[in-house]
Amino acid sequence: MNNQKKHTEDISRRNFLKTLGVAGVATAGLTAITGCGKEENKGISATEIPTDKMTYRTTPTTGDKVSLLGYGMMRLPNKSQSGDDGNAEIDQEMVNELVDYAIAHGVNYFDTSPAYCRGGSEKATGIALSRYPRNKYYVATKLSNFSPNTWSREASIAMYENSFKELQVDYIDYMLLHAIGMGRGMEEYEARYVKNGILDFLVEERKAGRIRNLGFSFHGDIKVFDYLLSRHDEYKWDFVQIQLNYIDWKHSDAEYLYQELEKRGIPAVIMEPLLGGRLSNIPNAIAVQLKQREPEKSVASWAFRFAGSFPGVLTVLSGMTYMEHLQDNILTYSPLQPLSGEEFELLLDTANRIKEFKTIPCNDCKYCMPCPYGLDIPAILLHYNKCLNEGNMPGNTQDENYRKARQAFLVGYDRKVPKLRQANHCIGCGQCAPHCPQQINIPNELHRIDRYVEALKQNKISI
Amino acid sequence: MLRKIRLSLAVLFFIAVTALFLDFTGTVHAWLGWTAQIQFLPALLALNVVVVVALVAITLLIGRVYCSVICPLGIFQDIVSWISGKRKKKKYRFSYSPEKKWLRYGVLALFVIAFIAGIGSIVALLAPYSSFGRIVSNLFTPLYQMGNNVLAYFAERAESYTFYETEVWIKSVPTFIIAAVTMIVLIVLAWQNGRTYCNTICPVGTILGVLSRYSLFRIVIDKEKCNSCGLCSRKCKASCINGNEHSIDYSRCVACMDCIDTCKHNAISFTRKRKNADSKLSKTSDTKATDSGRRNFLSIGVAVAATSIMKAQEKKVDGGLAVIEDKQVPQRATAIIPAGAKSAKNFAQHCTACQLCVSACPNGVLRPSTELMSLMQPEMSYERGYCRPECTRCSDVCPTGAIKPITIEEKSSIRIGHAVWIKKNCVPLTDGVECGNCARHCPAGAITMIPSKVGDDNSVKIPAINEALCIGCGACENLCPSRPFSAIYVEGHMVHSEK
Repeated sequence: MNNQKKHTEDISRRNFLKTLGVAGVATAGLTAITGCGKEENKGISATEIPTDKMTYRTTPTTGDKVSLLGYGMMRLPNKSQSGDDGNAEIDQEMVNELVDYAIAHGVNYFDTSPAYCRGGSEKATGIALSRYPRNKYYVATKLSNFSPNTWSREASIAMYENSFKELQVDYIDYMLLHAIGMGRGMEEYEARYVKNGILDFLVEERKAGRIRNLGFSFHGDIKVFDYLLSRHDEYKWDFVQIQLNYIDWKHSDAEYLYQELEKRGIPAVIMEPLLGGRLSNIPNAIAVQLKQREPEKSVASWAFRFAGSFPGVLTVLSGMTYMEHLQDNILTYSPLQPLSGEEFELLLDTANRIKEFKTIPCNDCKYCMPCPYGLDIPAILLHYNKCLNEGNMPGNTQDENYRKARQAFLVGYDRKVPKLRQANHCIGCGQCAPHCPQQINIPNELHRIDRYVEALKQNKISI
Repeated sequence: MLRKIRLSLAVLFFIAVTALFLDFTGTVHAWLGWTAQIQFLPALLALNVVVVVALVAITLLIGRVYCSVICPLGIFQDIVSWISGKRKKKKYRFSYSPEKKWLRYGVLALFVIAFIAGIGSIVALLAPYSSFGRIVSNLFTPLYQMGNNVLAYFAERAESYTFYETEVWIKSVPTFIIAAVTMIVLIVLAWQNGRTYCNTICPVGTILGVLSRYSLFRIVIDKEKCNSCGLCSRKCKASCINGNEHSIDYSRCVACMDCIDTCKHNAISFTRKRKNADSKLSKTSDTKATDSGRRNFLSIGVAVAATSIMKAQEKKVDGGLAVIEDKQVPQRATAIIPAGAKSAKNFAQHCTACQLCVSACPNGVLRPSTELMSLMQPEMSYERGYCRPECTRCSDVCPTGAIKPITIEEKSSIRIGHAVWIKKNCVPLTDGVECGNCARHCPAGAITMIPSKVGDDNSVKIPAINEALCIGCGACENLCPSRPFSAIYVEGHMVHSEK
């Protein structure tokens, strides 16, 4: 019975507690047999998550005591649970509940943006946080003037002012230039923040106390990162937000980014510690290895310990949609157990092995959406990754499990992505690609997946 | 005993033929496809000599057993009649009625004329197997699919890939209405009088009736034993036993054997024809005209109001899905018919509009025509899908030879139509973006993207169609991003040709 149950559950974080519960039962049974009945079963339940053990880090410029776990407000829960409706409303009640739980357990950093959740995130964050005294939380938001028609000084300032209204605050604790380095790199940075004088304006706002900490988030062109750090003496960045996790440490530029910040004593705010959940849903064989080391810890906890172990990290952001995610992450950081040198090496090795699986590095951030031609880009890429991780990617028609894998791939595809939103409708207009923080060549990947699906349908697979 | 054999065979045939129409996965056909091919009219149209000779021979030997055992519409009526007979005091509700010759032969004449004149819609309306196919594929298949979708719903939650969801849609409103009316009329007739349809309207019934007058084995009443109680007449769903005169109208007897067990004096038996034992039939003709309740339908033009126009709007916030407008059927000068049909003429002559191919099409391409002349005969359109290169289901299932069997290789070289470019809808020109989705998906390599401005290689690229290579599969039309009307669509060919 237990085996069957385990089998049907995917190893997603959502099921983490359930799986542990099953493991707990199994362990309890085992202890009874061996007669060591006195030892208490230390299964995890909500009540045992400590409320006062959270690890905090202090900022050098303002002395803020920030919880190591930061709440990312980008993946807020929707009212529609089915997932096939990408236009569902935010479930405010659930957001409030999650925020209440987070604050009760010591989380005090909340990170949002005018662009998140189809523009609804700031408002939802404001509603949830305004129920608390202003000194109980730090709120971070961004100047997300991506669209060229918001590049003017007036439009950008209007966006900035609107954040105060949505968040229901009269000062913002952490203000970021959003996603510097994306799109056309330096040129786009200058158009968004320099030519219109917005950066100078924000520096003035910091002086006036309306912004307490000023920083930027970085994706993409490393030249822009280097340039902004070279102007540190002038702008005095209070913090910088970078993408860091055990895959990106060696396989991307995370190591360099972190070291550059540490050199200058700038605190790093970490985004994508879990790569949009990809590091909690890794190929099963690799997950089992981590479980052998720490059978009671979730696969995700490794990723959070990795990000949190660096002393120069101020807070680690996680977009927690479900209570289970929140509870698991609080547990990991209450308090943080820094990685040992050996564990650090283990994770770097794990990263190498995951990279061999050739999954597409999509973190489901939905920056590429909405696709003007109606495709559900992240759903397509995630389905592809899922099949890759689960071994449902038949290499050729002679494969032993070819028929089963083919059925699983094709039927699953139709379930995850409505026919009209599938990869064969991608016309290659390329509007999505510049928005991708992971620099995925989205049209290329979609066309590649489409060719694979066609070959599967026609039984002409050969990789 | 004879009755039990008849019943068992009938149930098996009925389940088999019905399963053919319900199955959308294409697995049943491999095992039971022959049950459609031995149907009289399809076999006749397919010039399947073996089957036709066999059916004629069987009828000459033992009468219209075809109508009782093989014809699914006949069995369907038997089922309705049987349920009706379960009511209190309705077990012996029939009575002898004379043959309505003018109606029977009138309908047969109309059928033959329509057949020769190539008016497929009238042929399809009268043919029994077509009526059955229409009823099942229009009224029962959707229910079957919905049931499947419920299973698929649970399968999805159990991470099982055994069941998958299928799309349920009304493929043609007129055909749906005709199917519904046909079924209601049949149920009413069968509920009250058993085999009225088979013995007054069905052209196949009439043809086989003529033959069965001379059948070797037949139901015979032994006048010595008969006490003229009339119970057999009241049990005869074909209303063909005249108990008073000890005579049977063999042209209407479907050899159901119900009367044999009914007779309490063992006066009825199924035996060899005895000389001079045939009684002359009373020739009184009933002048009361019975309206069959069938009507011709005018094709209903379905006007679909155009909804909002999708525009490639500029992205400001993250997430969400753009609204996708439904595609609309373009005006085609010539209807597209499946590869294997050879030509519009061949197709119209052979197709009985049984809807088997429509039920079998996994890509939402085939649907019944709404044109008056070819009403209910299948035609193709590509708003929901396109004629996929790996699929030959319609040609596999067609029992009449209207769509001849073809292989996947043959299919890729048969030109059933050609693509036509509509400049004003083409997305590179309207939205100024790169596209080429038609060229990317053309299985025949018939589309090349070329610069829209001659001599300017950097101008946006538009499709150039090589008509000689195009096979008319509709991949381009279906996957064209322009909505509701595609910028590229397929015109059918009157005569299919090899590439």
